[in-house]
Amino acid sequence: MFTYIMRRILYTIPVVWGVVTAVFILVNVVPGDPAMILMGQRGDPETLAKIRHDLGIDLPLHKQYINFMSQLIRGDLGTSYRTNEKVSTAIMGRLGATARLALWALILGTVIGVAAGIVSAVKQYSVFDYSAMIIAIAGVSAPVFWVGLLLLLIFAYGLGWLPGAGYGDGSWKYLILPVITLGVRPGALTARLTRSCMLEVLNQDYIRTAKAKGLAGNVVVMKHALKNAMIPVVTIVGTQIASLLSGAVLTETIFAWPGVGRLSVEALIARDFPMIRGTVIFMALIFLVANLIVDISYGLFDPRIRYD
Amino acid sequence: MNTNDKTTEVAKERKHGSLWYEAWVRFRRNKLAMLGLIMVVALLIVAIFAPQLAPYDPFKQLIWTEGKAAKLAAPSEIHLMGTDLYGRDILSRVMFGARISLQIGIFATIVSLMIGIPLGAMAGYFGGWVDDLISWLINVIFAFPFFLFVLAIIAVFNNPSMMVVFVAIGLVTWVPVARITRAQFISLREREYVEAAKALGIPTSRIIFAHILPNAVAPVIVQATLGLGSIIMVEAGLAFLGFGAQPPTPSWGLMISVGQKYLATGQWWWAIFPGMAIMYTVLAFNFVGDGLRDALDVRLKR
Repeated sequence: MFTYIMRRILYTIPVVWGVVTAVFILVNVVPGDPAMILMGQRGDPETLAKIRHDLGIDLPLHKQYINFMSQLIRGDLGTSYRTNEKVSTAIMGRLGATARLALWALILGTVIGVAAGIVSAVKQYSVFDYSAMIIAIAGVSAPVFWVGLLLLLIFAYGLGWLPGAGYGDGSWKYLILPVITLGVRPGALTARLTRSCMLEVLNQDYIRTAKAKGLAGNVVVMKHALKNAMIPVVTIVGTQIASLLSGAVLTETIFAWPGVGRLSVEALIARDFPMIRGTVIFMALIFLVANLIVDISYGLFDPRIRYD
Repeated sequence: MNTNDKTTEVAKERKHGSLWYEAWVRFRRNKLAMLGLIMVVALLIVAIFAPQLAPYDPFKQLIWTEGKAAKLAAPSEIHLMGTDLYGRDILSRVMFGARISLQIGIFATIVSLMIGIPLGAMAGYFGGWVDDLISWLINVIFAFPFFLFVLAIIAVFNNPSMMVVFVAIGLVTWVPVARITRAQFISLREREYVEAAKALGIPTSRIIFAHILPNAVAPVIVQATLGLGSIIMVEAGLAFLGFGAQPPTPSWGLMISVGQKYLATGQWWWAIFPGMAIMYTVLAFNFVGDGLRDALDVRLKR
């Protein structure tokens, strides 16, 4: 197990290097002169040259790359063009809001998704099953930002039960709509997956045996079937994190939520390249670390899985 | 089963055509899949014949022709989905929007197939360091939150054209295509017919593209169909943030983006109807994709 964990970590290193280099190439090599973009049409050649020098983009590419990498290793993501703030400080300042939103969305989505999936599987072809699956497939097909707007329209503007966009004083009232918006997709995916895995497991011999020896139906479902049906559901948590991060970008924009997603959109609109670079790298690293943890814990929880 | 049965079965199979015919028979029996197919065909008809079908010109600001009543008008018999601030008919714009979405969806899918199939095929066929290298690239691209990555690609261009948008989407969405193609090639490369082709001295590129690929293509088609829906959703998100189609293009995402400002004041139709169109489209492709997966008997690893 220890060697597996070590090897898994070692495998991640070249991927991290690839991610970082890809972002460098994207931001520093692709056409478009940041100095021109910052100054617009107004800039005279001398000002432009000075800006290029300040940004370090007048250096040859390989020097830029070495500078970038050596800063990165020290945890320095550079300084924002727009606010002159350290990129890492800006991200850390916004991280709490994103974590709060994403974790609640993941919890809500998983709990409701698993529960709905179990009931749907046990009562297959019932009214509940059909309605749950229709809601789930609609949830997978609806764009996140549109779901958010629909919720705002109904619960904030229409019924007036909840406040509109914003973080407010940070109370739970402001959290509800963004969490539901972001949680719909993972919830819908989990519900569909749980249902299909449960159905597969419920048809197996050992479940029939358990029923035949007279165990109560819900004991069979909860103790025997659920355990095995949950393995694929746990595996996709890693993928869910990726879609949560992508969804957070849009959800935070709609709800004016002060998180990393909105920070990245602000940076993109202002073409604040160090900030774009920083937020993209940061989110990719979160994804890689989360998947590493999922992979390792998957090995720990399921003794049947052997690694060589 | 005796030999006689087998021969008749083979004969039957020949008569009815191939795997594809069998798949079509299974597909036709699947109600949800057929519903999806009808939805896709309807969407294609609307997109192709938008100029003939749309009740109004999607760019025409009716405010000048019908007076103030045409501005932000609620849905009625004259304007089934209402009008926007500029007095443009929203139904007509939604119908023209189908063109934009399908164009992006189809072109971005082509880009993703053009990258994903050759890379996946090479990784699976050659194995060794070629596989290591391509798999590394797959893992790198996969690590990015892909919506943000597409946004970043588009943002570095000064004036992104639609070409940039679908190339950017294709540059990210080739990953699942490559993974599936790779897995197929790994399982097919040891087959006898490949050995036979090698023994005959057929060039490697021909073995890959003419001999193995046709047998590997079913799961790729399923993935491409399911991917089309999500590409359309991504494009809508890009336009919503202002990084996709630009005004006055009747793009669904863009309409929601502008229309959202009028939600709080009660003019919900501007933002809500285009969203329904996106949902309809994604749903249609998901139904067809799921149906194809069952019909072709493909198990996709996600």
